[in-house]
Amino acid sequence: MAFISNTSSVSSVMLKVLFALIPAIAIYQLYFGPAILVELALASITAILAETLILRVRRLPVMPFLMDGSALVTAWLLALSMPPLAPWWLIVIATLFAIIIAKHLYGGLGNNLFNPAMVGYAVMLISFPAHMTQWPAVEGLAHAHLSFGETLRFIFGGDLPASMRLDALTMATPLDTLRTQLLLGRPVQDISAMPVFGYIGGKGSELIALAYLAGGTYLLQQRIITWHIPAAFIGSLALLAFGFNAFDSARYVAPWFHLATSSAMLGAFFIATDPVSGATTPKGKIIFGASIGALVYVIRTWGGYPDGVAFAVLIMNMCVPLIDAFTQPRVFGHDKKKP
Amino acid sequence: MSQPAYREIIGNGLWKQNTGVVQLLGMCPLLAISTSVVNAVSLGLATALVMAASNGAISLIRNLVPKEIRIAVFILIIAALVTAIQLALNAFVHPLYLVLGIFIPLITTNCIVLARTEAFASKNRFMPSVVDGFMMGLGLTLVLVVLGGLRELVGKGTLLSGIDLVFGATSKAWVWHVLPDYKGFLLAVLPPGAFFGLGLLIAGKNWYEQRAARANATIPISLAPHA
Repeated sequence: MAFISNTSSVSSVMLKVLFALIPAIAIYQLYFGPAILVELALASITAILAETLILRVRRLPVMPFLMDGSALVTAWLLALSMPPLAPWWLIVIATLFAIIIAKHLYGGLGNNLFNPAMVGYAVMLISFPAHMTQWPAVEGLAHAHLSFGETLRFIFGGDLPASMRLDALTMATPLDTLRTQLLLGRPVQDISAMPVFGYIGGKGSELIALAYLAGGTYLLQQRIITWHIPAAFIGSLALLAFGFNAFDSARYVAPWFHLATSSAMLGAFFIATDPVSGATTPKGKIIFGASIGALVYVIRTWGGYPDGVAFAVLIMNMCVPLIDAFTQPRVFGHDKKKP
Repeated sequence: MSQPAYREIIGNGLWKQNTGVVQLLGMCPLLAISTSVVNAVSLGLATALVMAASNGAISLIRNLVPKEIRIAVFILIIAALVTAIQLALNAFVHPLYLVLGIFIPLITTNCIVLARTEAFASKNRFMPSVVDGFMMGLGLTLVLVVLGGLRELVGKGTLLSGIDLVFGATSKAWVWHVLPDYKGFLLAVLPPGAFFGLGLLIAGKNWYEQRAARANATIPISLAPHA
């Protein structure tokens, strides 16, 4: 984070990031049930244990590095990205992969090339596609409800209460519904009248997106992130969506639908703004953010997966050294043409 | 030129200059074929055979080939030998031939084969060249087997799956289901798994050697007189 003021340490930055996520988590558990809380707890515990273990192996002081909170941020971002009604080992393996391989084997905080949370997510999506699509149905559309105890029993044992089937609890996400229905040849106008859609985005998830936006605004106001990446991300996604929607509104969904997806807002404010794996120069940040937004649109519209934030972020992570090298600001006193 | 000792040739091939984890040559088949132990052993042994034969053949003619066109001559010989191996595999273990597919003819372009003929066989006598080629191939096979075993175990929870391609349907019972009722970690079988696995193997070897070097170095350093 290039804009960390001198007084704040990594740990207070991370605390503020966690704090900014809380409203979204509250709405999440209100609309999609208590499973997300279990998921957050599992991810947090795994992240702390994995971080301690790998710090020991690397012979680094455990407490200072553990207390910086970066492992917890990775864990929370992962938990918020993964489907909550999945078996416990899914989030545990994802977190282990994120912390041990994506973060520490690449050199630890400050050196990792890729966003650890997105590596963990992408690995799981590629390896366990069936489990990674078990999204819970939104409040009001679910045919059955799980109490907190039943949720625990399902996540850890895979047991559902008698007479309840998994199909009654899960359903396709709005983006997935849009994708499959479009493939069936239905126009966007008909699809967005389906019950899984809300006011402008997905039912329930649009409110989570709003909460991410609020959290992101708080981070901006606290100067923990700068405006460049989120603005460029959202701007390019909106611009592309607007252009194609204006061209053919039956085949390309409206721009506000893209913006109201929780993954876009989480990605723009919390994931793409990762100071380690993202671009660092102001101009570079704009290129980085805009490219991610464009890739998200491309993957969502023409790609094989319904959503593409994780892949877009990982692809652009690879380009960061190049972007940074080309956007070095002129050093004061040096000639403009000869860097 | 002095001839290196066999002991040294063998040590270089299997460990010190291992093609897979030290020289990092021949990555394409290494990463593509190491999805299971059976595939890995088959391609590894085929490569080792080609390397022994090509090193031997080139060592015999090393004084006859003009320096300027040696690479073309070497490649021609290697290609002929690979074709022979390919036809043999096609004739005797046809199902396996179908699985390995394009990677058998690609042994020709495997840089490790040309590298050994150029670096070793073109300067050494017949027997040491044959041993060098075979040991380098065996070193590659070793890495392939470990990587293949790792990927197969993590990816599918089995070992030796596909053995029936080599020994016929009766050997199907030899497949070892190490982790029964395993969901399968698909990433390990997919290309990223190969890169992660190879990275971990290289890291493991470096770690082992550094530890060994540290253990050996402590006493001499403390007693060494100041220069």
